[in-house]
Amino acid sequence: MPAKATRDAFGEALLKMGERFPNVVAMDADLSKSTKSELFAKKFPNRFFEFGIAEANMVGTAAGLGLSGKVPFACSFACFISSRFDQVRISVAYSKANVRLVGSHAGIAIGEDGYSQQGLEDLALMRSLPGMAIIQPADDLETEGAVEFLCTYQGPAYLRTTRQKVERVNREGYRFEFGKAVELRPGGKDAVIFASGGELYLSLKAAELLERDGLSVGVINIHTIKPLDTAAVLNAAGRTKILVTAEDHQIIGGLGSAVSEAVAEAGLGHRLLRIGLKDTFGESGSPEQVLAKHKMDAAGIAEQIRERFR
Amino acid sequence: MAVAQRVASSTQIWRLKEIAARMRIDIIEMLAKAGSGHPGGSLSAIDILVCLYFSQMRYDSKRPDWPDRDRFVLSKGHAVPAQYAVMAEAGYFPRQELMTLRQLNSRLQGHPVNTALPGIEACTGALGQGLSVAQGMALASKLEGDKFHVYCMIGDGESQEGQIWEASMSAPKFKLDTLTVILDNNNGQIDGHVTEVMNLAPIADKWRAFNWNVLEIDGHDMQQILDALAQAKATKGKPTLIWARTVKGKGVSFMEDQIAWHGTAPNAEQAAKALAELRAADARLQKERP
Repeated sequence: MPAKATRDAFGEALLKMGERFPNVVAMDADLSKSTKSELFAKKFPNRFFEFGIAEANMVGTAAGLGLSGKVPFACSFACFISSRFDQVRISVAYSKANVRLVGSHAGIAIGEDGYSQQGLEDLALMRSLPGMAIIQPADDLETEGAVEFLCTYQGPAYLRTTRQKVERVNREGYRFEFGKAVELRPGGKDAVIFASGGELYLSLKAAELLERDGLSVGVINIHTIKPLDTAAVLNAAGRTKILVTAEDHQIIGGLGSAVSEAVAEAGLGHRLLRIGLKDTFGESGSPEQVLAKHKMDAAGIAEQIRERFR
Repeated sequence: MAVAQRVASSTQIWRLKEIAARMRIDIIEMLAKAGSGHPGGSLSAIDILVCLYFSQMRYDSKRPDWPDRDRFVLSKGHAVPAQYAVMAEAGYFPRQELMTLRQLNSRLQGHPVNTALPGIEACTGALGQGLSVAQGMALASKLEGDKFHVYCMIGDGESQEGQIWEASMSAPKFKLDTLTVILDNNNGQIDGHVTEVMNLAPIADKWRAFNWNVLEIDGHDMQQILDALAQAKATKGKPTLIWARTVKGKGVSFMEDQIAWHGTAPNAEQAAKALAELRAADARLQKERP
């Protein structure tokens, strides 16, 4: 199976669900070609709303649609959705509007466009809102499962997709289960990596590299960042030396924080390693270059874990 | 555009005035009991709210989730005492609950909360947001074949928020004749008069330039309010903005156009003085009963 960006998988899934769920509508703020909502727009022009470059208005309008029986998918870059935090906070979350906020172009792996277009704080912001479900699929199969799930889920939700192609990590026939961590690489006597989104296949590769060094590393897919599968986290904590999180996001506030909080609150005092952007801004460069520079590619993930065993 | 004259019966107009007079009393009593809140913008909005709830809108207060109901979104959410007053009068909840305004565990939160009180359509009060939400509801109505009408009240101070103008661009694009916006132009905000803090004049011209059907009225004249609402609903192909010129604190002499009364509740003495005025006005109205 060739690698596919989860934004592409999202666009295709939304198109498919549009047939099945007449209440599904979509909207975009001049990025439909990038978020891939354009596939839905072409097929269902009467159920698609183009807002131009005005995300606050789009998010608020999505709330009104969601409060009136529609299931709106409001799409833009992750950074532009989350930066309309006041609208997400009051019109969507506090109103408990049935809105699906879709943030594409997650993280530094978008590459050349640089920091202003990179969603790097969106998970932190969304996690802070009561009742906001957060899903970050790792491949095309999981994206389709998540989109299907969101067509009938009740409540506000945030879906985070990648610009870059990602390799498939799940098997054909995979069933998405909201809130349930998936063990993709069993074992992990030495380390267990909780990975999400675009960092997942890179973490699997890192685990293979580490195996050659004699380290046993397991990988668990956290596609649902909120609510977190705390049981899976604590279970792994009980059987490994280092808990690792890997995400294309600031290490503050996202998956790394979620896992740290769960472990600390359980009083485990466990060793932790948070892989992601380490309290610094993103930058331009090819996706491969920026991921390598910030030690978020397979080699970089492996290196950071290996260092802990020196 | 001038508002076409439709003569409502004198009984109907009197009835609306009589309700508004009582609602003003409720607002002052509620705010005095709460010890905080926004009298100025509640009193400027109340005549319009009375016309909406007791003449224009289609709803069933015993079935607040009826899918075909008309919607009202109070984007200037700080004026919610006015909405609570008309909702109690309309039977959404018992009148005595008004006295729980702003108290712990009350459904009557300081700003509107839909998840707390059935009949409130969305959380508002973070200014600039309600119009977009109302637009979403109006779009949903369009998708369902114009099943219901959506009314949204914004303030002139609130119109300093950029999101208002984002929505003013999009609603005409979507040909939202299922949406009527009422601009409660009371010229007051916390830091002073709107014309001084950040002037928006000529505000009606701005909405016209954004391709809205704009109607200009005195926001305290029941006949004009009714006519404008009817005309707005009958207008096809574009949304309507009713530019309602109002007086902040209307009905209480010492509050009228006084910036200090934007967000300060009357103390016991001030409340007594205000209530004496409002009760006298109500008594005068009772004598004019047709």
